[in-house]
Amino acid sequence: MSGLRLDHGGRMDRRRPVSFSFDGATYQGFAGDTLASALLANGVMLFGRSFKYHRPRGLLGAGSEEPNALVSVSRGPGRHTPNLRATGVEVYDGLVATSQHRWPSLKTDLGAINDRLGMFFPAGFYNKTFMWPRSFWDKLYEPVIRRMAGLGEAPSEEDPDHYAATYAHCDLLIVGAGPAGIDAALEASGTAKRVILIDEQDEAGGGALADPALWPWLQESLKDLAAAPNITVLRRTTAFGYYHDNFIGAVERLTDHLAQIGDGAREKLWRIRAGEVILAQGAIERPLVFAGNDVPGVMLASAARTYLHRYGVAVGKSVALVAAHDSGWQDVFALARAGVIVAAIIEVRDRVAAALLAEAEVLGIPVKLGHSVIDVHGRLAVKGITIARNDHSGAARITCDALLMAGGWTPCVHLWSHSKGSLAWDDALGAYVPDQPNEKVRCVGACSGKWNFGSGLVIDALPTPRDQHRIKAFVDFQNDVTAKDITLAVREGFKSIEHIKRYTTTGMATDQGKTSNLNGLQIASQALGRHVTEVGLTTFRPPYTPQTFGALAGHAKDDLFQPTRKTAIDGWAEEHGAVFELVAQWRRARYFPQAGEDMLAAVNRECRAVRSAVGIFDASTLGKIEVVGPDAAEFLNRMYTNPWKALEPGRCRYGLLLKEDGFITDDGVSARLAPDRFHLTTTTGGAARVLNTMEDYLQTEWPDLDVWLTSTTEQWAVIALQGPLARKLLEPLVAGIDLAGDAFPHMAIREGTVCGVPARLFRVSFTGELGFEINVPAAYGRALWERLMTDGAACGITPYGTEAMHVLRAEKGFIIVGQDTDGTVTPNDAGLDWAVGKKKPDFVGRRSLSRPDIVAPGRKQLVGLLTDDPAVVLEEGAQIVADPAQSIPMKMIGHVTSAYWSETLGRSIALALVAGGHARLGETLYLPMPGQVVRAKVSGMVFFDPAGARLNV
Amino acid sequence: MLLIHCPYCDQQRAEIEFAYAGEAHIARPLDPAAMSDEDWARYLFIRSNPRGRHHERWRHIHGCGRFFNAVRDTATDKFEATYQAGKPRR
Repeated sequence: MSGLRLDHGGRMDRRRPVSFSFDGATYQGFAGDTLASALLANGVMLFGRSFKYHRPRGLLGAGSEEPNALVSVSRGPGRHTPNLRATGVEVYDGLVATSQHRWPSLKTDLGAINDRLGMFFPAGFYNKTFMWPRSFWDKLYEPVIRRMAGLGEAPSEEDPDHYAATYAHCDLLIVGAGPAGIDAALEASGTAKRVILIDEQDEAGGGALADPALWPWLQESLKDLAAAPNITVLRRTTAFGYYHDNFIGAVERLTDHLAQIGDGAREKLWRIRAGEVILAQGAIERPLVFAGNDVPGVMLASAARTYLHRYGVAVGKSVALVAAHDSGWQDVFALARAGVIVAAIIEVRDRVAAALLAEAEVLGIPVKLGHSVIDVHGRLAVKGITIARNDHSGAARITCDALLMAGGWTPCVHLWSHSKGSLAWDDALGAYVPDQPNEKVRCVGACSGKWNFGSGLVIDALPTPRDQHRIKAFVDFQNDVTAKDITLAVREGFKSIEHIKRYTTTGMATDQGKTSNLNGLQIASQALGRHVTEVGLTTFRPPYTPQTFGALAGHAKDDLFQPTRKTAIDGWAEEHGAVFELVAQWRRARYFPQAGEDMLAAVNRECRAVRSAVGIFDASTLGKIEVVGPDAAEFLNRMYTNPWKALEPGRCRYGLLLKEDGFITDDGVSARLAPDRFHLTTTTGGAARVLNTMEDYLQTEWPDLDVWLTSTTEQWAVIALQGPLARKLLEPLVAGIDLAGDAFPHMAIREGTVCGVPARLFRVSFTGELGFEINVPAAYGRALWERLMTDGAACGITPYGTEAMHVLRAEKGFIIVGQDTDGTVTPNDAGLDWAVGKKKPDFVGRRSLSRPDIVAPGRKQLVGLLTDDPAVVLEEGAQIVADPAQSIPMKMIGHVTSAYWSETLGRSIALALVAGGHARLGETLYLPMPGQVVRAKVSGMVFFDPAGARLNV
Repeated sequence: MLLIHCPYCDQQRAEIEFAYAGEAHIARPLDPAAMSDEDWARYLFIRSNPRGRHHERWRHIHGCGRFFNAVRDTATDKFEATYQAGKPRR
């Protein structure tokens, strides 16, 4: 218990006290506090346990760089957010926060045994220790490691919040509303530029918030910005990633700081395209590396100053400073002036500016030049420190309850690096600074390396008389990486910083090494005996700070994940109890169960109706392309395997489409309406792809062809009437078309009217029955459907869904591209040689059909499979072997692509891709399944009416 | 997200309006039947994979629908030029 609230100072609102809980205990704070400042004001120093060793940890910083103080915030079911930095959680009345990764409690954490066993957890210990036996991984190592190492618990319930998203365009985007960012915005305030200024904190001001001398300026400036019509200021908004061409992703937090959350979005994703970007993200202070630098109460000097001035909190009653940089001196001077006892300044440098020494003397602060801290006493909080001269002599103990570190500053180049701007090493700063831009962007203020914090010494680890390999001097606090882990990695042969990073995990935690990367780099450079610039720098990647999946997903989830396409008849199907399935983005009726029916019973009934009377089917989802122009036939002749030029107007043809590699990519029946006009159909899922491919050839390979392609998929509603009574039902409704068998044969198209509506009537069949596909303008689809249902009631019209359609087509051996083919199936493999125009000199994919691999024997070919036990329906995807007695792993020679119960045949049927299948007719093959091996005979693919007698009536 | 200049619309538009369409300037052979298996396989499968200047095709699929050619640096993702299909290689 050492932090305390001072009775004056701070920017929080002392008239608005709030009450919140942390690990079950209730505390008071003020509106404007963060969880970190409020707990510190209550004397809480212990915030969490470290990742690997479970060491007690307190606050290191005061901003988004904080690596230690990670907490979970819960606000009801589904609203549990782990791994929040306490320094960024605004307190509100009723806030419930808990610490993470400790058991049974934060103060008594049994996992801390790891700290004593530290010798067993060197760099790369996962790789070294848990190598074998292999079987221990799943059952022992991984579960135990996962329990012992880790962060907060992921929420297990569905997130009830919703998240907004927007695009924004501006001439100038400024990231960071500290003094430099505000100045840049003010400069643009008189111009015509549209300006967006974003800042991650609840209050604009950045570093100025910790400097009361700047508060009057800040207040005036913010007033001016608010009055400027061309400037938008976004607070609580984190620019997390900088992408190509000045495209910046940012998340605005809208409700997390409110005691009462309404119906509004929790967060808002901003996708900003900026003409110019100014980065004013400031700099992050570096910790120093020495034994015990992670004891709660050891923190950055700048953070102590922020807690003092912004929150009116002293981080301790008696604090010490260990510094390698002037800025820390100024920080403790501020503390001393506020009445905090400064026990000592321990300065690593032998000499500092006389003005600093004079000021220390005025404030009565003892100064130890040329000294360093060699140990920190206390476990749950700092109780004192031991210092020694840099030559190791003169060890002495100093009592204090907080130790501040001033290790110099690291410019915040994260976004700059996302944008692929180059970096230059600055020896004096001991840091990389922005060099050449890759986008229209510049850095201003501290993130450009220009600051007025004074100068300092660049040092890798503090001098110590103790054995460097026996002390824990932390570099990466969040991942528990010590200086000796890095030197060990170097001794073991790692030379590249990218490898050292991955081996030691330094910089790989959720803070992405904001406070650790440079120290890690210096230590590696020292150990390797090479200059920092030769060791390299790891890559900065988005996000700058962790963001919620909710914000990134936005509205694109559940029903809005992708559009659901519905046909004109979909509403009727829904009203009549259809069970739906998704086919590509289309919602299609799968079957229409009647009372008491399961899927099989419904499908069997639907199949019986089609074979014995008439069925009605919504085929509107079929892709449709209108191909028009003098060269339309020539174009299709080049695209499809089939010959098209001789097709007479009024006739249809089954078309097979290959890719240039010779494999089937789509199929469909197409009709010639006139010499220069075709109505193409494609598979439901392939329509967009086929149109794209055709456009590609037309635009880039054959621009001389005079052809126009138009997607007409959604212009037509398509109703399939299939069954022996189809003609009888349709005939009275049709005008202008003679439906007689010889006048309108199978595979013909006629234009006329149906129920007075202009229609394209196809006589086609995907069922093997007499059938028609009626195309009417989509708006008439449902009315026509309902009329057919009414008129067809007397002859037993039955709506059927995609499942019955599948059974009926499989009985006829009609393939579904994408189910019975998989992108490696040629026309010959699929038994579709008859659809390939042998006399055509060329078409897309033709040359590939004679490639050596395509004509080689043993290819997988599509065949029928009939199980020996007719009641057994195979599973689609089941693997096929020739010899069930062979040892495991068996040689698999194919798999089942389609399998159904055929009500028509009273037995199961299946299609399968089998190696050398065409030559195996009559052969018995085996399908090893759980509990049994199924025997099946290879057959032809057409199981029903092979002569087509039912079609040609 | 890249900004891409459509040479048909003469507009700089966001990448989501476009679809990538593979390497550019690979013409379909005029007489595939006359080609050896090796040459045909090369046409089908072999593509350059440079670090640096890459000639590639894009389609303004949610705009004018046209295919066009582009030179993009694969290391920096910067477009050097976009130009209409059929125009000489840049």
